[in-house]
Amino acid sequence: MTTVQAGLTYYKQVNEDIRAVADSEITVENVLGQRYIGCGSADKKITIRGTPGNGLGQYLNGSTLEVFGNAQEAVGDTMNDGDIIIHGNVGDACGYGMRGGRIFIQGDCGYRGGIHMKAYQDHFPVVVIGGKAGSFLGEYQAGGLILVLGLGQDGAYPASNFCGTGMHGGKIVLRCDKAPGGLPPQVLVRAALADDLDEIAPYITAYCGFFGGDPAALQAQQYYVLTPNPAAGYKQLYTYED
Amino acid sequence: MAIDFLYPQYEVARNYDRCISCRACERQCANEVHFYDPEFQKMMADESKCVNCHRCVSLCPTRALKIVKTDHTFKENANWTGKAISEVYRQAGSGGVLLSSMGNPEPYPIYWDKILINASQVTNPSIDPLREPMETRTFLGKKPGKIERDANGKLVPNLSPQLALNVPVMFSAMSYGSISYNAHESLARAACALGTFYNTGEGGLHADFYQYGAHTIVQVASGRFGVHQDYLEAGAAIEIKMGQGAKPGIGGHLPGLKVGPDISKTRMIPEGTDAISPAPHHDIYSIEDLRQLVFSLKEATGYKKPVMVKIAAVHNVAAIASGVARSGADVICIDGYRGGTGAAPTRIRDNVGIPIELALAAVDQRLRDEGIRDQVSIVVGGSIRNAADLVKAIALGADACYIATSALLALGCHLCRSCHAGKCNWGIATQRPDLVKRLNPDIGSQRLINLVTAWDHELKEMMGGMGINSIEALRGNRLMLRGIGLNDRELSILGIRHAGE
Repeated sequence: MTTVQAGLTYYKQVNEDIRAVADSEITVENVLGQRYIGCGSADKKITIRGTPGNGLGQYLNGSTLEVFGNAQEAVGDTMNDGDIIIHGNVGDACGYGMRGGRIFIQGDCGYRGGIHMKAYQDHFPVVVIGGKAGSFLGEYQAGGLILVLGLGQDGAYPASNFCGTGMHGGKIVLRCDKAPGGLPPQVLVRAALADDLDEIAPYITAYCGFFGGDPAALQAQQYYVLTPNPAAGYKQLYTYED
Repeated sequence: MAIDFLYPQYEVARNYDRCISCRACERQCANEVHFYDPEFQKMMADESKCVNCHRCVSLCPTRALKIVKTDHTFKENANWTGKAISEVYRQAGSGGVLLSSMGNPEPYPIYWDKILINASQVTNPSIDPLREPMETRTFLGKKPGKIERDANGKLVPNLSPQLALNVPVMFSAMSYGSISYNAHESLARAACALGTFYNTGEGGLHADFYQYGAHTIVQVASGRFGVHQDYLEAGAAIEIKMGQGAKPGIGGHLPGLKVGPDISKTRMIPEGTDAISPAPHHDIYSIEDLRQLVFSLKEATGYKKPVMVKIAAVHNVAAIASGVARSGADVICIDGYRGGTGAAPTRIRDNVGIPIELALAAVDQRLRDEGIRDQVSIVVGGSIRNAADLVKAIALGADACYIATSALLALGCHLCRSCHAGKCNWGIATQRPDLVKRLNPDIGSQRLINLVTAWDHELKEMMGGMGINSIEALRGNRLMLRGIGLNDRELSILGIRHAGE
């Protein structure tokens, strides 16, 4: 285990220092908004204390990043593989274009969480949000799973406006007492079936493993599933000279 | 319905004195225009399916075929042209958005053709490039503002990463998906042989083509298709696509039908799913946000590669370029409204954006006025049709040009503008294996090499004529240009004088 002190050092230097560490386990302390920590890395376990800046774990390729604090924008942007665990909240565009790996957020997620997520072969991206999510959650989603546990929401709809706009693949699972209304036409809503519950079970267990809580009790709650509406796709939109 | 009937635009003119019913035309046409009628024992044609791609004409062994524009007409009307009427019928029948391919074909002014190039006479003698050295090697990237020395007086190497081009021409972004495997291979091999670069477009990089990485620009667009660490490291430079000249403000949509096994692997999306590139990058709302993406890519690749930002030429392009130059980008790529596309809404292709000539002149001037021209290189495309356009672009301030339509023409494209149909008879804009194999990458790459080599000769010849022996002395040298038939406003935007002045 090697420790890197971030403090008031500019991000470029901090990231150079992190990359220079041969040890596979690294702790970065006193992080004050330094950007791009762990960017593109493949085989590290980086513990971050403080508040990492934008682009935490962008293009992440297999490393594990664990943050004791809140994170800012673009966490796990275009992430390919690995785990990002946030003991706090995250800002906007978390998991943008993410193709693989898992992001666990103990608290809330800002606007445009998990947008344009896509699955591919053995790559299956998962974003688990403990609290609630901002508008445009899962916009343009093409694959993978977004799970919002709605902790502390008293069973209310834990996402916001325009959830799943332009969705054409993947799945969003929301814990709430009633089926959410007012969703975009690209989205179909149904109560979770046994298969859906089986699918989310390992992520609920992992969430509780990271942040505490009773997985069995959480698993037993009411969930709703959002999937793309094949009838509202982009077909029949065009005409051209034959 | 009768009101939806549109008479075919082209007629297949077959000279039956020459036709030997060999049926080559039938085998060559993916649009299924030609067929043999056993009853009449002769070849027939359904011209309603013809896209005028000349594949049959080119391969007819007896030269029995030609394609002619139909003389069938609506009543003459300068306002309601046949095209305007037909488009209304088509939309009234379908409710669909008009879709088309390749660059804007409408008769807007082409400023390249209204600019003339200078030559030396008597004083400042011209140079013969066949006898004397002529430098067209170009470096793209940020140039240091000053020379730095350390305490001992030694030079501090402060040069940002650069792309070295043997010729100031690169092949611009065309994704695997929009064009075929063989087309990509042709471009990649030609770029290597020429000492220049081709661009993956936003569809990822096929595993087979990582070997050409040193001559590859990898693109990152809003859909992030195929973007991962190895991909970023594979390329010589990374281009962020913010816009495209053919469809500024519009994203891309590769229908699931075209996402076969190979495209799926390259884009890293499941087979048969739609590949949608949203119009905006949803994490970019400002120059500061763009800067964030630029530096994330630099961080991911250890600051070893130039990052390019491609924008469409739109009304405020100079101000936008000024922002891009301050975002940390090393190269700005500007795509004019005549740039090609595999598919774009017709109304956008034909009505949105501005000519690259004006955009380039405005951007170069703005960056000079602000004293930041050295912070970025400028690459322009859309459309550069020949070496004269190239010379004029460099003299207007471009460091290098991007070509794509010209490159596809070299590969056999006949500009039938039907790429969106996916049935390209020349094996370029298609994924059908039987059509793709018609394009031989050995021949294709050689034809691209021929084209760019010929342009390089012409560039040197024109430079020599001006008494200029290095590309740096031509760049931004607007005194070498004169306008013809342009008004004062156009001349002032282009920053050139009128012929005779």
